[in-house]
Amino acid sequence: MSATSGRLYGRKGWVVLGVFAFILFAIFPVLSLKISPDSPLHLSQYWVTLIGKIMCYAIVAIAMDLAWGYGGILSLGHGLFFALGGYSMGMYLMRQIGREGQYQSDLPDFMVFLDWKEFPWQWWNTDQFWWAALLVVLVPGLLALVFGFFAFRSRVKGVYFSIITQALTFAAMLLFFRNATGFGGNNGFTDFKRILGLPITTPETRMVLFVCTGFFLIGTLLLGRWIVTSKFGRVLAAIRDAETRVAFCGYNTVHYKLAIFTLSAVICGIAGALYVPQVGIINPSEMSPANSIEIAIWVAVGGRGTLGGAIVGAGLVNYAKSFFTQVFPEYWLYALGLIFILVTLFLPQGVMGFFNRKNK
Amino acid sequence: MRTLLLAFFLAASPALAIDRAALEKLASGDNDEKVEAIGALLAEGDPEAAAVLAKFAEGEVVVDGKAVEVVVNNRLRSAVADALAALRLLSPERAVRLEAAKALAGGADASMLALVRKALEKETDPDIKPLLDLTAASMEMASGDKQTRLAAIRRLGESNSPNSRTLLAEAATDSDAEIRIAAQKSLREVQGKLAWGERAGLLFAGISLGSILLLAALGLAITYGLMGVINMAHGELIMIGAYTTYVVQNLFKANFPGAFDWYLLAAVPASFVFSALVGMALERLVIRWLYGRPLETLLATWGISLMLIQSVRSIFGAANVQVENPAFMSGGIQAFAGVVLPWSRIGIIVFAVAVLISIWLLLTRTRLGLFVRSVTQNRDMASCVGVPTARVDTWAFGLGSGIAGLAGCALSQIGNVGPDLGQGYIVDSFMVVVFGGVGQLAGTVYAALVLGFANKFLESMSGAVIAKIAVLVFIIFFIQRRPQGLFAVKGRAVDA
Amino acid sequence: MTAGAIPAKEGGSFSHVATAGLDATHGVVLYLEDISVSFDGFRALNKLSLSIDVGELRCVIGPNGAGKTTMMDVVTGKTRPDEGSAFFGQTIDLTRMSEAEIAHAGIGRKFQKPTIFEQHSVFENLELSMKADKRVRRTLFSVLSSSEKDSIAETLRLIRLNDSADRVAGLLSHGQKQWLEIGMLLMQEPRLLLLDEPVAGMSDEETERTGELFVSLAGRHSLVVVEHDMAFIEKIARKVTVLHEGSVLAEGPMAQVQNDPKVIEVYLGR
Repeated sequence: MSATSGRLYGRKGWVVLGVFAFILFAIFPVLSLKISPDSPLHLSQYWVTLIGKIMCYAIVAIAMDLAWGYGGILSLGHGLFFALGGYSMGMYLMRQIGREGQYQSDLPDFMVFLDWKEFPWQWWNTDQFWWAALLVVLVPGLLALVFGFFAFRSRVKGVYFSIITQALTFAAMLLFFRNATGFGGNNGFTDFKRILGLPITTPETRMVLFVCTGFFLIGTLLLGRWIVTSKFGRVLAAIRDAETRVAFCGYNTVHYKLAIFTLSAVICGIAGALYVPQVGIINPSEMSPANSIEIAIWVAVGGRGTLGGAIVGAGLVNYAKSFFTQVFPEYWLYALGLIFILVTLFLPQGVMGFFNRKNK
Repeated sequence: MRTLLLAFFLAASPALAIDRAALEKLASGDNDEKVEAIGALLAEGDPEAAAVLAKFAEGEVVVDGKAVEVVVNNRLRSAVADALAALRLLSPERAVRLEAAKALAGGADASMLALVRKALEKETDPDIKPLLDLTAASMEMASGDKQTRLAAIRRLGESNSPNSRTLLAEAATDSDAEIRIAAQKSLREVQGKLAWGERAGLLFAGISLGSILLLAALGLAITYGLMGVINMAHGELIMIGAYTTYVVQNLFKANFPGAFDWYLLAAVPASFVFSALVGMALERLVIRWLYGRPLETLLATWGISLMLIQSVRSIFGAANVQVENPAFMSGGIQAFAGVVLPWSRIGIIVFAVAVLISIWLLLTRTRLGLFVRSVTQNRDMASCVGVPTARVDTWAFGLGSGIAGLAGCALSQIGNVGPDLGQGYIVDSFMVVVFGGVGQLAGTVYAALVLGFANKFLESMSGAVIAKIAVLVFIIFFIQRRPQGLFAVKGRAVDA
Repeated sequence: MTAGAIPAKEGGSFSHVATAGLDATHGVVLYLEDISVSFDGFRALNKLSLSIDVGELRCVIGPNGAGKTTMMDVVTGKTRPDEGSAFFGQTIDLTRMSEAEIAHAGIGRKFQKPTIFEQHSVFENLELSMKADKRVRRTLFSVLSSSEKDSIAETLRLIRLNDSADRVAGLLSHGQKQWLEIGMLLMQEPRLLLLDEPVAGMSDEETERTGELFVSLAGRHSLVVVEHDMAFIEKIARKVTVLHEGSVLAEGPMAQVQNDPKVIEVYLGR
């Protein structure tokens, strides 16, 4: 967990990253598109979606690790930022359905069902991709900036911060459950047809989304690595360990915490925007407090303060989840609960810490 | 019930001739005529009409011994229901009359006016007479005669029921200026009287919600407020208390059906003990190893909560289970016009106060309380003077968990009991403790009441969901202004 | 050092805080006047007045609860006084500034318990506390210049940790941590150093060397040392202030204070 200075990665790190990128950008597309579906080597849509989904989660985990592992800010609002990004993209995808909904109206089906005559103000300009993309960044970013400003300025920290971010998420979930909020209530958005004019369910579009997610994942990892190896990263880790001392050194700790919290929220928003077109649905249950806490456990499993660990943790937990929910659905909560307990009790440094210790 | 009554009427009445013309209309007229015919059949209060109407509701009219099939729609069906209730107004039994009067109070067709007036003449009971009076007035309101309507409006002005307010509000926009003015005057009178009842009702709802929040948060005030343990499984300990109550109820049902009403007396200690045991086990097995690492405690206890939810699902199923109120907890008292205070809610308020007093006594008057306070103030010092800190932690955590169990027992009396019960309360309970000021029992009490009132007050203005969101957002901002909560303890900054 | 010897604007190019630089024209670096602070009815400071001259080494003593730490909290912006004024030089009002701004203006503080960044290396500890632009954007792109490296190396020698530059600070001995913290303060190039029990937990030899260090720092910096170790105070003290129940009981040279009957009664004579 020690703060590291100097280059982004050593030679070994770059090699691992290169192999990872090669698999994502060369092998997977070939296996999915060029190998015939009958071949055992073919990568089915199920796997493309699952891995794409897990990559989105891994991006969120990196964002969480930046805030929690390095900045000491355990936010239970990251599920909210993720969902806000998802909803922003979802609005655009709903507009792309056009008149192909059940009611053949310009309005999304749920609005017709509620007997609305026109789009409410939140939907202004959402048929433009650039505007939706802007919302994906701005909505979570501004929320985090404003909320974080008030919280950090009044020195709300530690568990206190966790609890009020949880309350914020909970309040947002209740808000989004209402039909009157204008985002489809309980059911949220689904039945997407197109993105940027391309049909959204074809293997080709899916692979494009998959590769975009992969690029963004690697980009986020490198960005995070660059941040934590800069002096900014060392100040951040110092705030985590002894905030008052940092303030007495002349750093405005509020600005540092605000910077990393907002950046983390924006990354989550983008991950949400990549997630929705791949999974094909977004609804308020994404905002349930349970989801946000689960993000923290991905990071804890992988090992806090090691960005790579966040990816490993997100991958392990989510793979286990999809395995369990198919094979023994009723045991998944036991397994997840046990992971929470065992990791905090016996693996405080996570999987990465475990291997690092072994290597030494 | 209904068949019994019919039998009673049939047996008691001499064979009076039923109005033949009315019968024919009933069989073959259009819907308006049929409603009129129902009124005509009733006019004399002939009990035999009941049998005819009951058959009619099933789609059959007997004219001259010949059965004729008729189509009965919802309008006719409700007219028949009202008519049968009106007939019961003449019953010699007070309870039957009271029920019938209540059934009609919602407003009935004007065709029954004659019968209601007849009943009103005979009626002497102080509970039933005002109800009938109101019913008659509301029927007269619908009549075409202006003077009748004006008289009815004046009479409605003397009543204090929400129904007369609705009627008067309608009349207040009448096209006739005289009626409009009279109605507005009466409306003001009624509203003045009702406002007090509504305020009292809001007050009660606020106290009631406050006491529920208090029960849910009291345990947390001990485990989080005093001990500093972030127990995300607190809601699940509440849920376990509720399920313990369910099990005790079933045991009573199976073994002592005669004493069923008293199962609560056994369920209260049982839910306390069982939740406390679960809590102590958790403290020993998990939480103990995480003292001083609050964020890890948060994650581990969340894990525990998931496992507890799944265990309950595996044992009792994912669906809600039924917990019945004992007889003395069901029903309520009518405190004001239109305001009924349910016994179960009153019971919970009393229970919350009792629990609060017990905790206060326990913390201030017993050795355990002394130990808990000493450990929470200065752990090292306490351990130096021989307080067994580890055991005190376990007992204190057990106490907090037990209180959560009591909360669950209380909640089982007013809401659904299901595996997700606790999830709904965890955010609320934390908000209460944090809002009141961590480590402040008095703060928790005030916070619970303030939030209860705020929630109910906003709810009366803007609906439940918005109220809840508003309260949460308010707390979030409040905490940012005053991070120490309502009852801040200022002190020398000792942390570095 | 006489009045006006300090240039009015120093290090202005580094600091983003709008302080016009330290104006010590009257030869006084810190003025506290009638400061009162109470917690829940308990008066921690009671109309405390104190002034520290430029380049002075002042020792502050007093029994537990006399208000020594609270005084430092007020000076460093951690606690706001209920009344009274606190000025750094002639113009800088400390009661209106945040901790970070005060640190920027040139006041460094060492805590009772050594607080260093335990997960960082000794070198990084000094790097982080070094006087520099401490805004978020700059730290993202900051690279150490060779003169900055030299200044870190110099401080490492001064606090005798040059062999441990790459060690994780958490692994240092208690005395070494105290020294590292003093080194971190020096890296901030402060005008005024507040030192809360700097030799607690040090060996006799370390204590001695710390005393020498402080005496050598006086003149370049102003120092306020709070300490319980009377032998240490006697060795370094020129002027001593005795606090009692939140206000100044006596002030003057060590010998004079030691013979003051009031002081003997509340503190030394016990």
